[in-house]
Amino acid sequence: MDQFLQHLLNAVMLGGTYALLGIGLTLIFGIMRVVNFAHGELYAFGAYTVYLVAAALGLNFFLGLVVAVIAGALLGALIEILLLRPMRSADIDTVMLVMIGAWIVMQNTELLLWGGVAKAIITPFPDAPLVIGPVSISWLRLFVLAAALLLIGASYVLIHRTKLGKAMRATFQDADTAALMGVNIKGIFTATFAIGSGLAAAAGALLGPVFLVTPTMGDLAALKAFAIVILGGLGNISGATIGGFILAFVEEIGAGYISSGYRDAMGFLIIIVVLLFRPTGLFARAERVG
Amino acid sequence: MKRALPAFWLIILLTIPLWLQDQYILHILITTGIFIIAAMSLNLLLGYTGQLSLGHVAFFGIGAYASALTTLGFDVEVFGFRVVHQPWPAIVGLFVGMVAAGISGYVIGRLSFKVRGAYFVIVTISFAEVTRLIALNWVELTQGPLALTNIPPYTLAFPGLGDYTLWNKTAYYYLVVAVGLVAYLVIARLVGSRIGRAMIALKENETLAGSVGIDVTRYLVLAAVVSAAMAGGAGSLYAHYLKIIDPDIFLFIYTVTMVIMVITGGKGTLAGPIVGGIIFGFLPVILRPFAAPAVQWILYGGLMIAIVFVLPQGIVPALERSIANWASSTRKPARAMAAGNTESRGGP
Repeated sequence: MDQFLQHLLNAVMLGGTYALLGIGLTLIFGIMRVVNFAHGELYAFGAYTVYLVAAALGLNFFLGLVVAVIAGALLGALIEILLLRPMRSADIDTVMLVMIGAWIVMQNTELLLWGGVAKAIITPFPDAPLVIGPVSISWLRLFVLAAALLLIGASYVLIHRTKLGKAMRATFQDADTAALMGVNIKGIFTATFAIGSGLAAAAGALLGPVFLVTPTMGDLAALKAFAIVILGGLGNISGATIGGFILAFVEEIGAGYISSGYRDAMGFLIIIVVLLFRPTGLFARAERVG
Repeated sequence: MKRALPAFWLIILLTIPLWLQDQYILHILITTGIFIIAAMSLNLLLGYTGQLSLGHVAFFGIGAYASALTTLGFDVEVFGFRVVHQPWPAIVGLFVGMVAAGISGYVIGRLSFKVRGAYFVIVTISFAEVTRLIALNWVELTQGPLALTNIPPYTLAFPGLGDYTLWNKTAYYYLVVAVGLVAYLVIARLVGSRIGRAMIALKENETLAGSVGIDVTRYLVLAAVVSAAMAGGAGSLYAHYLKIIDPDIFLFIYTVTMVIMVITGGKGTLAGPIVGGIIFGFLPVILRPFAAPAVQWILYGGLMIAIVFVLPQGIVPALERSIANWASSTRKPARAMAAGNTESRGGP
């Protein structure tokens, strides 16, 4: 039982960041209909940015997190303007190929700049974990969860309480009608991709210090993000949030009780099973953002 | 002229080992040939039925592992039962590899063609990742990251002439060419037949194809089985040529390599995967002295984006068009030049 509690706690710690990854991707997927293969690279970009600021330049760790999110959003906006805007009328497969190209370029640029050796990010948090009864939590992971929850909350407010969020939801429901009502569709797409990218970078920046930073760290992250989005249903932010926690839970339980080698296989099994039996996701009512 | 061209290419293809002394180039030709076969099989799905299968490397890897394990033998315990397999000849492995890949193509096809577009792509990627993780973790069967080693070469039995084992590169080259030709002819025959027209019809408009009585799922699954078996055969060739395989064979990057070959050459054309395959088989050789692998990959990624933007149909259709333009421009020069520049971007 104690062991199970520990697994549950670990899953909650991990789930917050997974949810961030998923929300970012589901926004892009839902509103823009773009299968964003570069999502994992933005995650890696976030982690490397924190490494650059906190370890290589020796500046403040928390500053690194903020810089990572902003830089990730800017990079996302750049990708959208350069690669996706000219591809608006192309079909989904063609855009997918462009994003695969972007993914290869970004990953190998990281490899070129930083080398293949894994980097560790030192954080200002104490090494000794916080022990509560039978379970223990590291301070870093506690902070990561808090930061992730804060960003998830911010995303909700953005989507539901702001004018930009309203325009995004309108675009999701019907881009043409939204355009007719005076919504600047081009701007919405750029904003959506920037926000999604910023969230991916935030997830990388938060998980980078927990694990190690490597050029290929984005590959699995991207595929896990797909799993989360499929679990939650397209464009469904609450679905992605819950999906992130479910994936983390399944992974923890799978690694703890079945085999740690198959930890990363759990996400893919979820994808396959969900798509076969409930292709609209677990929480689908009608397709909508929110 | 039209008939002479294939014969000309065939003669070049068959005489290469006679005048090419460089063993390294021959090695590149063999591995390129193997990847061209895999790319041709992917083209059947991607180009003719329009399904972007991004898990294609799974079939390649399953073929490689099935073939190697058939040849090497194994001794594993599955759910308490001990399964022992004595080594069989390598050439049997080729068939087992193709059958194993074909069966997985059937299963995956049956399951994943329930969904389309983005979902289909993600299911296929997931499938490939699961196979990679199994190859990595089922150490008893696959040796995991330690790799399967000492995979013996094929031995061909000629009735009345005795056995011939393919020890050297020249022999392997001819085997790859032979298998490649068979694969090419099978695909050419298939897409030229009623089945092929049905596949193209459902690529163009699936709803319409279904409404005129084409059994969509049946044709998609058929394409998946043929395509998977072919990729499995390529995987077997790869395993027995290199004599070693590890779980990295399932990496997504190999699928991407095949996709780049098909897209660059021209999806949905017979020559496309061959042209694309030769380009991406030899680019690393040409670039190697100047560029680190990471730089090369940046170039390939950039090239992939550029192809989609500039030549969405690929090189082969563009060449065909410009040759046709050139032929007519000998009569009407000015107008044909203008017609050559009206190609639109985006495309299917």
